[in-house]
Amino acid sequence: MREIIEGRVWTLGRDVDTDQIISGKYLTIIDPNILKTKVLEIGLPEFASQSKPGDILVADANFGSGSSREHAPQALRAAGVGAIVADSFARIFFRNSINLGIPTIEAPGVRAIFDRFDVARIEVRRGTITNVRTGASVSFPPLPQHLIDLLEAGGLVEKVRRELADRPSSQDPVSP
Amino acid sequence: MSATSRGHGATLAEKILARAGGKDSVVPGEIIEGRVDLAMMHEQGAQTVQPFHEMGATRVWDPDRVVIAIDHWVPASTEGAAVLHRILRKFADEVHLPHFYDVGNHGICHQILAENGWVVPGDLAVGTDSHTNMLGAMGAVAAGIGPTEMAAVLALGRLWLKVPTTVRINVRGKLGPGVTAKDLVLRALGEVKTTGATYKAVEWTGPTIERLSMPERLTICNMTTEMGAKCGMVAPDSKTRDYLSGIAKHSMHPMYADPDAQYERTVEIDVDGMPPMVACPYSPDNVRPLPDVAREHVRIDQAFLGSCTNARIEDLREGAAVLKGRRVHAGVRFIVSPASTAIYRQCLSEGLVDLYTEAGAVFTNSSCSACFGGNMGIIAPDEVCASSSNRNFPGRMGPKEGRIYLMSPAATVAAAIRGEIADPREYA
Repeated sequence: MREIIEGRVWTLGRDVDTDQIISGKYLTIIDPNILKTKVLEIGLPEFASQSKPGDILVADANFGSGSSREHAPQALRAAGVGAIVADSFARIFFRNSINLGIPTIEAPGVRAIFDRFDVARIEVRRGTITNVRTGASVSFPPLPQHLIDLLEAGGLVEKVRRELADRPSSQDPVSP
Repeated sequence: MSATSRGHGATLAEKILARAGGKDSVVPGEIIEGRVDLAMMHEQGAQTVQPFHEMGATRVWDPDRVVIAIDHWVPASTEGAAVLHRILRKFADEVHLPHFYDVGNHGICHQILAENGWVVPGDLAVGTDSHTNMLGAMGAVAAGIGPTEMAAVLALGRLWLKVPTTVRINVRGKLGPGVTAKDLVLRALGEVKTTGATYKAVEWTGPTIERLSMPERLTICNMTTEMGAKCGMVAPDSKTRDYLSGIAKHSMHPMYADPDAQYERTVEIDVDGMPPMVACPYSPDNVRPLPDVAREHVRIDQAFLGSCTNARIEDLREGAAVLKGRRVHAGVRFIVSPASTAIYRQCLSEGLVDLYTEAGAVFTNSSCSACFGGNMGIIAPDEVCASSSNRNFPGRMGPKEGRIYLMSPAATVAAAIRGEIADPREYA
């Protein structure tokens, strides 16, 4: 995970639930590269075609509420988002997003200091997000060490892979 | 004093998570590694397989603690769904997972867990569906997780959890005729709102909750998900033990909140005189008294009696009592989807399939079906649906403009009869 994340901002409102990020009709799709063409189809329809890698989502409260579908952060990761920042997140989305290695940062008040296409500068360890255009900034409590470790590993898959590799005896092949 | 010593008692969630974490006690905010008692996957588990392999895992920590229940597209309605089912069947064979509820023995995953005794008091249960909270009705911590996280659970048998603060919802009073547990949870949602319990546990307490049956407790715990809660629960009692008697899949370790437990806050609800409630578009917390909405003559195009929230045999009997001797309104499609195949068969033996279909309803096989705009029951953009389900977000049943009103099974049937939102007490 980079110490400083900078990118162009897409703004979103309150309560953007996972149906708005990936509609229920796409849930049988599991290829992230197809999912990314459907991402935010209801919540922000122009995002899929106009976003570029490194762009940052800045949402109001309760981003990612509703279903547990990991398709939502999968699609956003495939679209190359550099970070997802919100006044607050729904809990399963937050876990899924962190587990996939996406810097996911809760910063109350952040939505109010950004307009679309402003540039955000996130200093992860210092715990600040700044609007490069206006100079306005908000601070956020640093992520717990547990989650920093997860992001530094690149996500949960890599973290567990290292853990299992460290104790091969626990993963003997299954006898038929 | 240890670092986690506390000056007050523990909530039910804190008790259960302390056990899962192998600790004497825990405090909110503490991160624990919780040992999982039961892991459940539905179709989303197909996305667990690749990360499981990428982690280098080759076997599941305890195959007798894993349930697979396919429910979203049953039988498969598209090639994509068929592929998801195929991935799960192959994975179950490969890593030897015997508890697979496949087509013909299927049901909505949470109902499968409940009616087969897979979650018992004191458990930590996780599932790849957001409404896993429903199993908190057993006096357990039951939470939804994503498929990558499930891969780690299958490999390790545990996951990290931040111990949540607890919101208590304390309920007194008597639910009147035609007023149900669904109306109670909608009323609570109107007060707690969709973010009021985010990251938190919800503990239902009070004399009204003690009087609720297990199916009713399943309904109110189910919709703690809509409050943003990590889990929602009811303390176990003799009803819990009776329900699980003979079906519990593993041993119970019932836990109870201490009398001096510290709650983040307590929401007091008195249901005496409470009318039926309805959640209006486009949020489950946009709750109003149903009689007020009925006065506005909200016409409907479709009614849906189904979902993990309200499609148990008790719900379908409740609807049948309203429908008996009446007909579905001309121009209204009425879809009834029981929560499991066992309930479907019970409906057959009680004559409920005849009753519903003679009145003009479509009685489908068990599935999540219309609730999430899946394999059937999609509405058109300018249409309105009365539903016993749990979500009415934009696009939930297909197009983002579609309008969904959430209500009890009795009110759903009343709407199907009148062709507009109607007070079920007028059909007593």
